[in-house]
Amino acid sequence: MPVLDLVNEALREWINPYYYGIFLVMGINMILAMSLNLVTGFTGQLHLGHAGFMAIGAYTAGILATKGGAAFLPAVLAGGVAAAFFGFVVGLPTLRLRGDYLAIATLGFGEIVRIAILNLDITGGAFGLRGIPRLTNLPIVIIAVLLTYVILHSLIRSRVGRAFIAIREDEVAASAMGIETTRMKVTAFVLAAFFAGVAGGLYAFWFRFISPGSFGFLLSIEILSMVVLGGLGNLLGSVLGAGFITYLPELLRTSVPAVAQHRMVFYGALLVLAMIVRPNGLLGTSSEQGWLEMWLARRKAKHAARGPARLEAAAPGQDGADGRSGE
Amino acid sequence: MALLEVSGLTIQFGGLRAVDDVTFHVDEGEIFAIIGPNGAGKTTVFNMLTGIYKPTAGEIKFQGRLINNMKAYEVTRLGVARTFQNIRLFGEMQVWENVVVGAHTRLRSGLFASVFKPPGTRREERAAREKAYEHLAFVGLQGWETQRARNLPYGAQRRLELARALAAEPKLILLDEPAAGMNAQETAELLELIRKLKERGITVILIEHDMKLVMGISERIVVLDHGRKIAEGTPEEVRRNEAVITAYLGAGANVGH
Repeated sequence: MPVLDLVNEALREWINPYYYGIFLVMGINMILAMSLNLVTGFTGQLHLGHAGFMAIGAYTAGILATKGGAAFLPAVLAGGVAAAFFGFVVGLPTLRLRGDYLAIATLGFGEIVRIAILNLDITGGAFGLRGIPRLTNLPIVIIAVLLTYVILHSLIRSRVGRAFIAIREDEVAASAMGIETTRMKVTAFVLAAFFAGVAGGLYAFWFRFISPGSFGFLLSIEILSMVVLGGLGNLLGSVLGAGFITYLPELLRTSVPAVAQHRMVFYGALLVLAMIVRPNGLLGTSSEQGWLEMWLARRKAKHAARGPARLEAAAPGQDGADGRSGE
Repeated sequence: MALLEVSGLTIQFGGLRAVDDVTFHVDEGEIFAIIGPNGAGKTTVFNMLTGIYKPTAGEIKFQGRLINNMKAYEVTRLGVARTFQNIRLFGEMQVWENVVVGAHTRLRSGLFASVFKPPGTRREERAAREKAYEHLAFVGLQGWETQRARNLPYGAQRRLELARALAAEPKLILLDEPAAGMNAQETAELLELIRKLKERGITVILIEHDMKLVMGISERIVVLDHGRKIAEGTPEEVRRNEAVITAYLGAGANVGH
């Protein structure tokens, strides 16, 4: 810990507080995005309640620290474990559902968590939970991001990780290969919940104040956007996507006034543009083409076909027919 | 000795009896075929044998053990592997990875070992990959190992399904229309492969539409029509069977193609 403090001091000297805060939130978002990618990108289960797990982690850590006097590391880990526990309880029944149904069920779960927190006494209800000591710092977050990356990277290149991907690719075939699909999906879900809970703990110890409003449905969607933008099933993509989506609003806010004033419009437009240019995500590797790529390829083919046709345009009636058959 | 005993097998989907009171057995080391017109219930039988569907009535015994109510993964663990009629590969995965997934039940590493990769797990992974390459060579797919499965040509995808099923080290392998869409040469190669499976001591059940193909390789055949067994016997016996001839001609006339 003393070494970390020293590194932290150096970083605080070096980076201005504004960027320090942005980098820290970026790191937390990276953990959230990577863990969601495990469920949605690798295992192929659309999960719209990830903010719920983050909330459970944040509140567990926050309550343990303020009311139980717990130290930083045990509190954050307890947040992860609590989220994982709920991941198991929720995952066991819901992961038997597929596609749209699972999406609705996880969405419902996220809302239940938020509303439960809003109505419980121990969480401080709508007033939120305050007085959490500020114990998260940038070096700790960086270490957490690296650990998350290393663990998940190793996992997806293993027997269990291959089973996850096989389920995404074809669940019936996966179960015919002897994979216990429900158990594997629950495993992925519990792991993702654990990391989201840890991210929540880090969040609580950074902002010192947490309220139910911080963990709504929109946050789940934002995390999903990071995963999709980075590339489903690409771990490094999630890191990049989280960095991009965290920084973009800040970048727009500090740009020219005309853009800054309408920054959410530009934010949305840029996301749309990014998905058109890279339909499989920034680092997506799927062999499917996006419609922009297809349109460009078609245009190119048309130009190539039209070139020689024009040279032979002695008979105009035939030209049109040729052009059509060339498409 | 009978490796697989099926008796009174029945499944009902709403008002439809897709498979109705079907009884047959398959001996160890045999090449056995299930044939019949479209919609006869052949694939449904496979789905029940592999635990994907639960039979409404009847018994399935594998090596004398009742497997009716087992889940698909439990049946696979006992040594029953299959291929699919409509190819179901893990498209985005590499060819060799598809085969290693087939060996899922033969590998041990759990969650902890998968993350931390102790030496035993690394050894297991290396061995599994080598074994996968051997299976790929066996079906004639050497050189394709690191391609994405979805990029393989059609015939190669069918052979990859076979390699993936072999990786489960099955005693019994179920092939659902393995020759569908293959040209004459590919079909001939496939027949050769199926014979090699038998030499390895693997029992084979195959579903085929193509009577000519089935007659050449199967030792015994069961014929289904509208979910019922209408004939059983050697290819010679089945070929002469009146009910079989009627079923095939009748179905052809009704369906219209």
